[in-house]
Amino acid sequence: MTESETEPQAKSTNREELEQVVIRFAGDSGDGMQLTGGEFTRTSAVMGNDLATFPDFPAEIRAPAGTLPGVSAFQLRFSNFDIHTPGDHPDVLVAMNPAALKVHLRELKKDGILLLNTAKFRPADLKKAKYEQNPLEDGSLEGWRVIKVDLEKLTHEALAESPLDKRSKDRCKNMYALGILYWLFSRDMEPSLRYIETKFGKKLPEVAAANKRVLQSGFNYADISGIFQTAYKVAPATFMKPGRYRNIMGSQAMCLGLVAASKQSGLPIMLGSYPITPASEVLHQLSSYKHHGVVTFQAEDEIAAVCAAIGASYVGKIGITSTSGPGLALKAEAIGLAVMTELPLVVINVQRAGPSTGLPTKTEQADLLQAMFGRNGECPVVVLSATMPSDAFDISFEAVRIALKHMTPVILLSDGYIANGAEPWLIPNAADLPEINVEFATAPPEGEEFQPYARDPETLARPWALPGTPGLMHRIGGLEKQDGTGNISYDPDNHEHMVKTRAEKVARVANDIPPATTIGPESGDVLVLGWGSTRGAITGAVTRLQKAGHKVSGCSIQYLNPLPPNLESLMRSFDKVILPEMNMGQLSLLLRARFLIDIESFCKVQGQPFSSDEIEERVLASLAEVK
Amino acid sequence: MSSSGVSLNKKDYKSDQDVRWCPGCGDYGILNSVQAAFADMGKDPAKTLIISGIGCSSRFPYYMNTYGFHTIHGRAPALATGAKLANPDLDVWVVTGDGDGLSIGGNHLIHALRRNVGVKVLLFNNRIYGLTKGQYSPTSEQGKMTKSTPLGSVDFPFKPIALALGARASFVARSIDIMGKHLEEMLKRADEHEGTAFIEIYQNCNIFNDGAYASFTEKAVRPNRILEVEHGKPLIFGAERNQALRFTENLEPQIVKVGEGGVDAGDLLPWDVHNPNSALAMALANLDEAQFPVPIGVLRSISRQAYETGVTSQIAIAQERKTETLDELLTGGETWEVK
Ligand code: SF4
Repeated sequence: MTESETEPQAKSTNREELEQVVIRFAGDSGDGMQLTGGEFTRTSAVMGNDLATFPDFPAEIRAPAGTLPGVSAFQLRFSNFDIHTPGDHPDVLVAMNPAALKVHLRELKKDGILLLNTAKFRPADLKKAKYEQNPLEDGSLEGWRVIKVDLEKLTHEALAESPLDKRSKDRCKNMYALGILYWLFSRDMEPSLRYIETKFGKKLPEVAAANKRVLQSGFNYADISGIFQTAYKVAPATFMKPGRYRNIMGSQAMCLGLVAASKQSGLPIMLGSYPITPASEVLHQLSSYKHHGVVTFQAEDEIAAVCAAIGASYVGKIGITSTSGPGLALKAEAIGLAVMTELPLVVINVQRAGPSTGLPTKTEQADLLQAMFGRNGECPVVVLSATMPSDAFDISFEAVRIALKHMTPVILLSDGYIANGAEPWLIPNAADLPEINVEFATAPPEGEEFQPYARDPETLARPWALPGTPGLMHRIGGLEKQDGTGNISYDPDNHEHMVKTRAEKVARVANDIPPATTIGPESGDVLVLGWGSTRGAITGAVTRLQKAGHKVSGCSIQYLNPLPPNLESLMRSFDKVILPEMNMGQLSLLLRARFLIDIESFCKVQGQPFSSDEIEERVLASLAEVK
Repeated sequence: MSSSGVSLNKKDYKSDQDVRWCPGCGDYGILNSVQAAFADMGKDPAKTLIISGIGCSSRFPYYMNTYGFHTIHGRAPALATGAKLANPDLDVWVVTGDGDGLSIGGNHLIHALRRNVGVKVLLFNNRIYGLTKGQYSPTSEQGKMTKSTPLGSVDFPFKPIALALGARASFVARSIDIMGKHLEEMLKRADEHEGTAFIEIYQNCNIFNDGAYASFTEKAVRPNRILEVEHGKPLIFGAERNQALRFTENLEPQIVKVGEGGVDAGDLLPWDVHNPNSALAMALANLDEAQFPVPIGVLRSISRQAYETGVTSQIAIAQERKTETLDELLTGGETWEVK
C-alpha cells in the first residue's frame, strides 16, 4: 500500500450541495459501528463541519451475533451551520444485518438512503432478527432508496492478495461501508488513512494495510459502480467563532477541565473511582494523565473511592470521585462526611437510566433529586451539570474552583448522552484560563488557638489546614461541630446554627456564579427551560420556533444548586415555562416548590434523548392553548 | 527526640479533650501505650495523622494531639489510603475495632492489607459492640448471649490475625491492652515496617464483655497461657519456660515438654517472621485458645513495596518521560482552524 493510492476526491458524478446530513450506522456489536461512526465524525470535524453524535450501544459486551439486543448504533449529524443535536431522523441508514434494519428502519426518513449488507440476509440471519420474510424481497422497503451491497464478498475481493485469515478479513467490512459513504459525501480519506496507520501500523502492519485497502476499495466501488446517481457535498460551517478546534467527547472534555483546574490551582488531582458504565471513561482518561501529576486510585468499591478522595482533600489535594447513579447512592454517607467536615470534593455522576441497575448504557436525568437530597440529615452540596460535550470542560473547571474556594463538596452531573457524544470544541488558550487561588491555613499568632471552623466572612468557608503544618493540629469528623473551635458539640442551639450555616455557605455560592442566559429575548410567551443534556434539543426547537415568528425563548442552566440568582425573574417574564426533562419532572418539582411558579413539566423517560421535533411540537400545542 | 529536634514526652501527645471512655475500659491503657511509644519514637505530632471509623475505639483521634479524622463507620482504611497516596510523607495510623474493621469495613481492611498501603492499623478487639450498647460482634465466640442474641449467637467468628494473613498482609502482630510494654514494642515494630502493619489488640470492654480475655491475661495464669512469639526464638512458654509449641508435618499444633524427658530446646524450630510462606503463621493464628496458649507478638513481617511508593514512582517516571504543557494537552490530536 503506497500513499499514491489515496484519492481524496472522486472525479465523476455531479456533487449536490447539502446543508446537513444525518447518518446512522447500525450493526452487530462486533461490526465496529462505533469505530466507523467515530471515523466519519473525525473526518468531518477536520473538514470543518459542525457536528453532533449519538452513540447507542447495548448493555451486553457481545450479545449473540445477529440478534436484536445485540444491535449497536452510532448516529452523527454534520452540517455547514450551527447544530445542537445529532438530528432526529437519519437521511442515511447503514444496516449491516437484518437485526440492525429491524431496530432502526422506522426512524429513517422517507426517501432516505438505506445501505444494506446483503451478505447477512440469509435465512438463518433473518430468523435471528425475527423476520418472517426477507425484507429485501417482500416490498417492505419501498419508499426508501435501497442500495444493496454484498460487503463481505467485496471486502474479500479487495483483500485477495492479503495474507490475513478469513475472520480478520471479514472484520474489515465496516471500512468498505465507510469508503462508500466517504465517496457519497465527498469526504477526505487522508485523516482516516492516517488514523489506521497510527492505530495498527507498527504492531499489525498487515491489518493496517488491509483496512486502508478496503476503505479505498469502498470509495472506488461507489465511484465506478454507479450505485448512486448523485453524490453530495457539505461545506465547512461558517458561523463558527474563529480559532483552533478539535473534536471532543463529553467525558474527555470533563477530564481536561479537571486537569486544567489542577494546573491553575497548582494542586494535584487524586481521583478515587470504581468502574461503572457509563462513567469509567473518566477513570480511564485521568489514568492516562500521570505525566500531569494525576493520581488515580481504582478502589475496592464506590464507598472506598469517595473516601479516598476525601482523605486526599483533607491533606490538600483535589479529591475527585467519578461514578454513575448506583454509585452515587453508595457514596451518600461519605458525601455527608465531606459536608460535615467542610472539605472540598468533586463528585462526578454520569447519569444512566435507573432505578437500580436500570439501563446502564442508556441516558437519563433522574439523579437530580438524589444529588440534591440523597443523604441523611440536612446535607446541602453544590450541584452543577454539563449541558453538552463541549461545555463539560468549563463546568468541570468550575466544579473544582467552587469546591476549593467554598470548601464544599460539588456534585457534577453529566449523562451518557453528553459523556459519549462528540462535537467540535473551540480549544481555549491556557493563558486565558482564570487562576484558582488557594490559601492554606498557617499557624495562628502566639497565644491564640487555631480555629478549624473559623469562617471567611464572605463565603463562610472554613480554613483548609493541612496535616504536616506545625501548630495546626486539630481533629475533625462526622460528629456535630462547635462553630469556630470544631470541637464536638451536642448543644441544641449550636446544631441549628451549624445546619443553617452549612446551608447558607452553599447558598452564597450564588454570588459567585454567572446569571442564566436565554436563547432569544428575555421575555415572551413561552420559556423552554432545561438543564443538562436537553440543551441541544431545546436550542434546536426554540431556534425553529423563533424563525416561525413565535415569541419563544430557551434557557439551559448549568447551576442547579444554588440556582442562578436571576432565574426566578426570568421565569416570571414569560407567560409559560415548559420544562423538558428525561425524568418524571425533578427540576420542575424543585422550581415549583421554591418559586410557586406553575411550570409545565414535559417528561420523557425512555433512555433516549429528546429530539427537537418533540419539544417543538409540545411548545406549539401549548401556544395553541394560549390563543 | 522528634524530627524537629525537640524532645517530647507522653503529655505532648495528649489533646485538650476530656477522655470519655467508661472508667476501667481497656482503651485507656492502649491510649497510654500509644502516647508513650510515640514519645519514645519522637514522632512529630504535626506530621502524624490518626484516622478512625465509628465505635468506642474510634474516638481515639480526639484524645491525641496530632492531626485526626474521625470518619464514618468502617471506612477509615479507605480514607487513610487516599490521604497516604496524596501525601506519602505523613505518618498515618488507623484506629478501628472488631465491628468497624471486620464487619461494616471488612472490605476496606482486606484491600488495604493486600495493597500494602503505608498505614499502621490498630484493631481494638473487644469481641462486642460497645458504643451501640452490647450486641455480638464478628469476633464474639459462638453462642455469645447478647441483647441481639438472647439465645446465643449462631455465627462463627473471625480471628483477625488469620484474616489479615489471608489478605496477604505483610506485617501481622497481636498484643493486649494490659501488657503496656509489649504493646509499645509492637507499635515500634509496626512503625518501622514498610507498608501496612496490622496489630490486633485484645481490649477489655468492662461494661459489655468484661473478662473476655481473663482466662489467659490474669496475672496468675498468664505465663502458662500466653505465648510470646519472638523472631529467631522457638515457641517456648510457661512459668518454668519448659513448654513449647510445635507443629507436625500436617501443621497440627502440639505442646511438648522441653528439657528433661522432653525435646531439646535446640531441636525446636526458631520462629521466622520473614518466612515468605504464611502457612505456619496461619496455623499459629488459628490456634484454639481453649486448648493452646494464646500467641502474641509479631507473627509475620515480610518485605514488600508500599503501595504509595509504587504509585508515586509511576507518576515520577511518567513525568520524566513526557512533558506536555497545558496548551499541548488541550490541543490533543487532530485540530483545524476556523478563520
Ligand atoms: S462500652 Fe466498653 S469499649 Fe466502650 S468505652 Fe465502655 S468499656 Fe470501653
